[in-house]
Amino acid sequence: MPKIVNREEMAQGTIILNEIKATRISQKAKPGQFVILQADETGERIPLTMADTNPEKGTITIIYMVVGKSTAKFKELKVGDDYYALIGPLGTPTHIENVGKVICVGGGTGIAVLHPITKALKEAGNDVTTILGSRSYDLLIMEEEMKAASTKLHICTDDGSKGHHGFVTDVLKETLENNDIDLVVAIGPIPMMKFCSLITKDFNVKTLVSLNPIMVDGTGMCGCCRVSIGNDTKFACVDGPEFDAHKVDFDELGKRLASYLDEEKQSLEAYEKSIA
Amino acid sequence: MSKKIKTPRAKMPEQDPDARRRNFEEVPLGLTEEMAMIEASRCLQCKKPLCVDGCPVSVKIPEFIKLISEKDFSGAAKKLWETNALPAVCGRVCPQEDQCEGKCIVGKKGEPVAIGYLEKFAADWERENGSGEVPKVAKKTGKKIGVVGSGPSAITVAGDLLLKGHDVTIFEAFHKPGGVLVYGIPEFRLPKAIVASEIAGLEKMGANIECNTVVGASVSVDELFEEGYDAVYIGVGAGLPRFMNLEGENFIGIYSANEYLTRTNLMKGYLFPEYDTPIARGKNVVVLGAGNVAMDSARTAMRLGADSVKVVYRRSRDEMPARNEELHHAEEEKIEFVLLTNPTKFYGDENGRLTGMECLKMELGEPDDSGRRRPVPIEGSEFDFDCDLVVVSVGSNANPLLTSSTPGLELNRWGNIAADPATGKTSRKGVWAGGDIVTGAATVILAMGAGRDAATSMHDYLTLGW
Ligand SMILES: Cc1cc2nc3c(=O)[nH]c(=O)nc-3n(C[C@H](O)[C@H](O)[C@H](O)COP(=O)(O)OP(=O)(O)OC[C@H]3O[C@@H](n4cnc5c(N)ncnc54)[C@H](O)[C@@H]3O)c2cc1C
Ligand SMILES: Cc1cc2nc3c(=O)[nH]c(=O)nc-3n(C[C@H](O)[C@H](O)[C@H](O)COP(=O)(O)OP(=O)(O)OC[C@H]3O[C@@H](n4cnc5c(N)ncnc54)[C@H](O)[C@@H]3O)c2cc1C
Ligand code: SF4
Ligand code: SF4
Ligand code: FES
Repeated sequence: MPKIVNREEMAQGTIILNEIKATRISQKAKPGQFVILQADETGERIPLTMADTNPEKGTITIIYMVVGKSTAKFKELKVGDDYYALIGPLGTPTHIENVGKVICVGGGTGIAVLHPITKALKEAGNDVTTILGSRSYDLLIMEEEMKAASTKLHICTDDGSKGHHGFVTDVLKETLENNDIDLVVAIGPIPMMKFCSLITKDFNVKTLVSLNPIMVDGTGMCGCCRVSIGNDTKFACVDGPEFDAHKVDFDELGKRLASYLDEEKQSLEAYEKSIA
Repeated sequence: MSKKIKTPRAKMPEQDPDARRRNFEEVPLGLTEEMAMIEASRCLQCKKPLCVDGCPVSVKIPEFIKLISEKDFSGAAKKLWETNALPAVCGRVCPQEDQCEGKCIVGKKGEPVAIGYLEKFAADWERENGSGEVPKVAKKTGKKIGVVGSGPSAITVAGDLLLKGHDVTIFEAFHKPGGVLVYGIPEFRLPKAIVASEIAGLEKMGANIECNTVVGASVSVDELFEEGYDAVYIGVGAGLPRFMNLEGENFIGIYSANEYLTRTNLMKGYLFPEYDTPIARGKNVVVLGAGNVAMDSARTAMRLGADSVKVVYRRSRDEMPARNEELHHAEEEKIEFVLLTNPTKFYGDENGRLTGMECLKMELGEPDDSGRRRPVPIEGSEFDFDCDLVVVSVGSNANPLLTSSTPGLELNRWGNIAADPATGKTSRKGVWAGGDIVTGAATVILAMGAGRDAATSMHDYLTLGW
């Protein structure tokens, strides 16, 4: 059984870190890959990216924002508890090579997803400028880890509580204007990825984003995770989750994520009542 | 001289259509002991039983029916097990009209013996009243076998090889074993407790089942050999949904049948919010396709509370591939059939939610490769209708996840594994394959037949060599 060996709360308890014993997965996982977890037999299958892996200890780390019933259930799990199911590693790993100068842009829990990719890009010899954003400084996660994984780190906060007062896109634009950039990786909320993509398109810089559609199996058998990439429909769980940002239909993705809004609300309210 | 009055074929007692179209309980209620014995007496006990030729695994049909007529129900179940590891499943889901019953001599002049009903009866009787004993396994051989997947073909391979004394580990991607029997075929047609009981039997015989293991991702076939497995069987099914590539196909409310049925059956979306996984409850539902999968989707939608469910199919009634019984059940449950009609695009609102579709009327032209008359569009016959849920159920392809990560495994041009039809041997030494991943989407009993042949060949290999 996949046991939680370490647990931390971040960003005022809105984001949770679990380090989980999963020997096989920890040894196989590559940057950009994700796992699917289930809290219990009646639970949903929830995809989460591995923010870190430790093959020696045989553990993987996930970092998730508590947004609905399933992540609320995960939050209740303590050190020593088991997940009912853990499946992975899933998805196509990030293609890592030395391309030269790279910008990594992260927002919200997207920073957790970005971390292993940033680390690998730097280890491959790239010059990595990282731009992280959050609403306010106390909601920012993984600052130290991202600093260690990058050549240079910028922080942006919507309320100006730290670093640049404003959006990541401002710093992204400035950096693109002053440098010859070979690759941008942007991972975060959909609007952030969309606006980053619009900017890098103007500069004609190849850009990768990691998409987070709703999933069921995570192995290509259901088509729930389909996203429009250029003129093609792709299954994010096997063809992705990373795609060429300039081809992604972000608006469709945003709409599809709202497929079950009513049910999610009903689920969360009932759950909160039951644990109150 | 008075003519002997022929006993009519047993009529399966069923849940009333008006009630059952809104619940997930099993539709047929099962024959009583008395009914089963009367039905069994209709069998002529042919010396050369044609029915057996029609059964892909050559079930000893007259023998097991005779035991039922003698009230030895347990004996009948054991007779079935000699050739069929899952009689409770096959009795329910085999397309009997094309197989055993289609060949039955009694059917030439009247209605065939209800072999399927009797098979279900005997297996259910033994599950409910029998000792629960499992067959004794042979002395341990020390050989380790990896079985990938846990559908009917994998279950058969595992059972046969366990009996011969080999160690068997099943690797299943999902969190529950059973394959299509748990994620695809709905509860009202195949109660999941039956599948669970079959799996429990395998475990009792010593099978080790590792769920949540995606071979090709969590572990590769090569790594299984490195870990000491002596042979591997691949029975991963045909798990890649086909879409129609029409405009608007990504609107919210358009599901593949795989997703729709997985959410409902495996994740138990029909019990939401008791179970966490939601499933859309459409009011006006359209199902595209006309096979068993389409019927299961349509009948599921009705049970989830739809006002109307239409099956839209481009050919005519005669070409519908679903089992007769399922078509009949669907009709009784007020599913409508819109035939000779093909969808051309979907409409949605500003939130990306499906609102309707456009279709084209078809007529039947010359026969195509499959021998069925080809549907041809009637020009200018476009028409629209409203719908808020569409289930695309037009077949599935081979999922490349495992095959693309297994070097040296030869595939055919559709991506199915090329395997010897008699033995299941693949181009890789020590690797066998069978079921839907080899044949494309087929039937439970064919998948089981392939499993049985492969188990024989694998045992020969493990004792004699490749
Ligand atoms: C490949 C992949 C990797 C992911 N990695 C991470 C990660 O590392 N950390 C993390 O915090 N989250 C990650 N996500 C998102 C995470 O899976 C969802 O937040 C989670 O499924 C929400 O489940 P819930 O039941 O708690 O909330 P729900 O009740 O399902 O949803 C509550 C709210 O969250 C939104 N939502 C639902 N599903 C998603 C989704 N897939 N992505 C974003 N918003 C969603 C809904 O619109 C709703 O507003 C990832 C998603 C994918 C597909
Ligand atoms: C809705 C529906 C209704 C049907 N109705 C009927 C019917 O009435 N009568 C009939 O005879 N047939 C019916 N069929 C067809 C029948 O179910 C299939 O032909 C049969 O189940 C195929 O068996 P299989 O063993 O090849 O694989 P499956 O039953 O498909 O099982 C394959 C298993 O392998 C697992 N798997 C896949 N990839 C991997 C991997 N990489 N690693 C580990 N595990 C993996 C899957 O999760 C699955 O559990 C129906 C099919 C469906 C979908
Ligand atoms: S296994 Fe299927 S085809 Fe064979 S006898 Fe039983 S119901 Fe008929
Ligand atoms: S063909 Fe019909 S009558 Fe003859 S043995 Fe088979 S089931 Fe009985
Ligand atoms: S989640 Fe089912 S195909 Fe991607």
